[in-house]
Amino acid sequence: MKTLQQVKDELRQYNGKPIKIMEVCGTHTSSIFKNGIRSLISSKIQLISGPGCPVCVTSSSYIDKLVEYSMKEKHCVLTFGDMMKVKGSKLSLTGAKAAGGRVQILYSPLSAIQLAKDDENTKYIFAAVGFETTTPIYALMLEEIISNNIKNLKLLTSVKTIIPALQFICENEKNIDAFLSPGHVSVIIGSSAYMELAEKYQKPFVIAGFEGEHILAAVYEILSQLGRHQPEVKNLYVSAVSEEGNQKASALISRFFERTDDYWRGIGLIENSALRLREEFKEYDAGSSFEYREEHMPKGCRCTDVILGRISPEECPLFQTVCTPMDAIGPCMVSTEGACGIWYKNRERR
Amino acid sequence: MKIDMSYGSGGKQTGNLIHEVFLKHFNNKTLNKLEDAAVLSVSGKIAYTTDSFVVTPLFFNGGDIGKLAVCGTVNDLSMMGARPRYLTAGFIIEEGCELALIEKIAESMAAAAKEAKVMIVAGDTKVIEGNGGIYINTSGIGEIMKEKISITNCHVGDVVILSGNLGEHHAAILSGRMGIENNIKSDCAPLNSIVAGLLKENINVHCMRDVTRGGLATVLNEAADNSSCAIEIWEEALPVSSEVQGFCDILGLDPLYMANEGKMIAVVPEGQAEKALMSVQKSKYGKNVRIIGRVLEGSGVRMKTRLQGSRTIDVLYGEGLPRIC
Repeated sequence: MKTLQQVKDELRQYNGKPIKIMEVCGTHTSSIFKNGIRSLISSKIQLISGPGCPVCVTSSSYIDKLVEYSMKEKHCVLTFGDMMKVKGSKLSLTGAKAAGGRVQILYSPLSAIQLAKDDENTKYIFAAVGFETTTPIYALMLEEIISNNIKNLKLLTSVKTIIPALQFICENEKNIDAFLSPGHVSVIIGSSAYMELAEKYQKPFVIAGFEGEHILAAVYEILSQLGRHQPEVKNLYVSAVSEEGNQKASALISRFFERTDDYWRGIGLIENSALRLREEFKEYDAGSSFEYREEHMPKGCRCTDVILGRISPEECPLFQTVCTPMDAIGPCMVSTEGACGIWYKNRERR
Repeated sequence: MKIDMSYGSGGKQTGNLIHEVFLKHFNNKTLNKLEDAAVLSVSGKIAYTTDSFVVTPLFFNGGDIGKLAVCGTVNDLSMMGARPRYLTAGFIIEEGCELALIEKIAESMAAAAKEAKVMIVAGDTKVIEGNGGIYINTSGIGEIMKEKISITNCHVGDVVILSGNLGEHHAAILSGRMGIENNIKSDCAPLNSIVAGLLKENINVHCMRDVTRGGLATVLNEAADNSSCAIEIWEEALPVSSEVQGFCDILGLDPLYMANEGKMIAVVPEGQAEKALMSVQKSKYGKNVRIIGRVLEGSGVRMKTRLQGSRTIDVLYGEGLPRIC
């Protein structure tokens, strides 16, 4: 058993071959900065951000559809605050609201039920965005909608799943040595979900919590695995993540949702990478589309390269020069979980 | 009884509202005259400020919009080294607002004013169309007790003192909005007694700021930028209650960026740090005071993390919204 100090010393003194670790989840990116992890480890260990921000990978046509709904008479779009500022092809929801659209920020999806009950003359469209973490809540919401016989609340879904995206990255981005697997998503899908990837691509997948010590331990574990050439799945977040995951939540998800191909903003089509409402629940769907539409990426924006771990946000020419949280060009600068936004807020000020 | 547009007419109903609610609670000789303007005596230089309050919900654990409206202006005056003396209060009331609610708010303002030893000497009421909301503007005058206390006046070698726990107001308001039941109370409080204590002890305070919107991170950046210096803070020294920390962890919020309504920083010479600490601790609202950092040469704000790592602390961008996942 090593002490924290020993782990810190070894990580600081690491002088082996340069390694690149992708942290998949935005909350990890945030925690890495909050704890000053980069200042504690050797510069030969590079931590790069991955595709784990749901807002960043939601297609522009999805946002366009929300904007359209917000402008429709007797319609109101309900959303998490995070989605407000991401632009579609023309407007963001913030822009739509300023132009007279009806948009309301919710803190909990379940409060949508009460809103719909209180005002039956308004058709509410809930922007159901997220990964496996938020999907069980949407399933609960559907249960409530059905049991309360609510007719004026529908979901426009853009729900993604992380494993196919990781598979895509393993297949196409060969320079990533290891993955810091997401904490929250793993609670639902379990550590076994990464087994196939670890085996096929011979890469460490280490699941960690969000405290600084958790992240240091995960980086240390990755280094050890690479050192002894034995990449595998390792769960260091055993207090919350089990091997099989939360089966109750998974069952709830599969009752209402089924797998489908989907387009990721900045990446393109990833097979079987999304969840859509099953046919028998279509009446609760506000017209979610999984068809290809031309994706709008702002000129010069390198969010795609950031999401795929090819560059760090600072390497994008727009970063900090014209793209800032006050006037975000790319989706990764907009969201609180987006890599560019997190890097910007924690950048060295000159 | 609900307010309708006639209460804003300037006629009989407006008069009733003024007499039966505002004069009843704010009761003082200057206001009771109901002149077009209050005539006041002050000595020496004055500080003069204004602030508007639009908070929802109107009532929250630990306070209400009325208490906030008094404390907010009292605190802004205090931070300039002034003794708050007089306030004005402007009410913009949406039709449909319950009269009993306005009375409760007025009562709360009167209690806060009494505690802060300020008089509400002038006021105004307007009624607008709407859904029963209420907005309050207060302005205030204070007499300067010590000059040159300024956001531009932090010196290299000074220490930064924080008067108590972070994030409580923000967490209480968010809990109210989200319908979450917990014991988190807003820290809304007048800070003039802390300031009076520091100045009475002859602490050579260089800079003071109340830690409101934008949180500690934003305030420290303002101090560093305006004083052309760097500020280093220590994560381990930052006081955050376990309940607020838990609330933040669940929602993905950072106490450094959360609003407070009864907390301040004071930047003082290192040699007087202990004395200042003890002085603040004597106040009702400074029990959890800490030395949280120091002023260095350079620029920007950095934090030494619990793990002894280094983190850049920037200002708040946008709103501190709960995260999506």
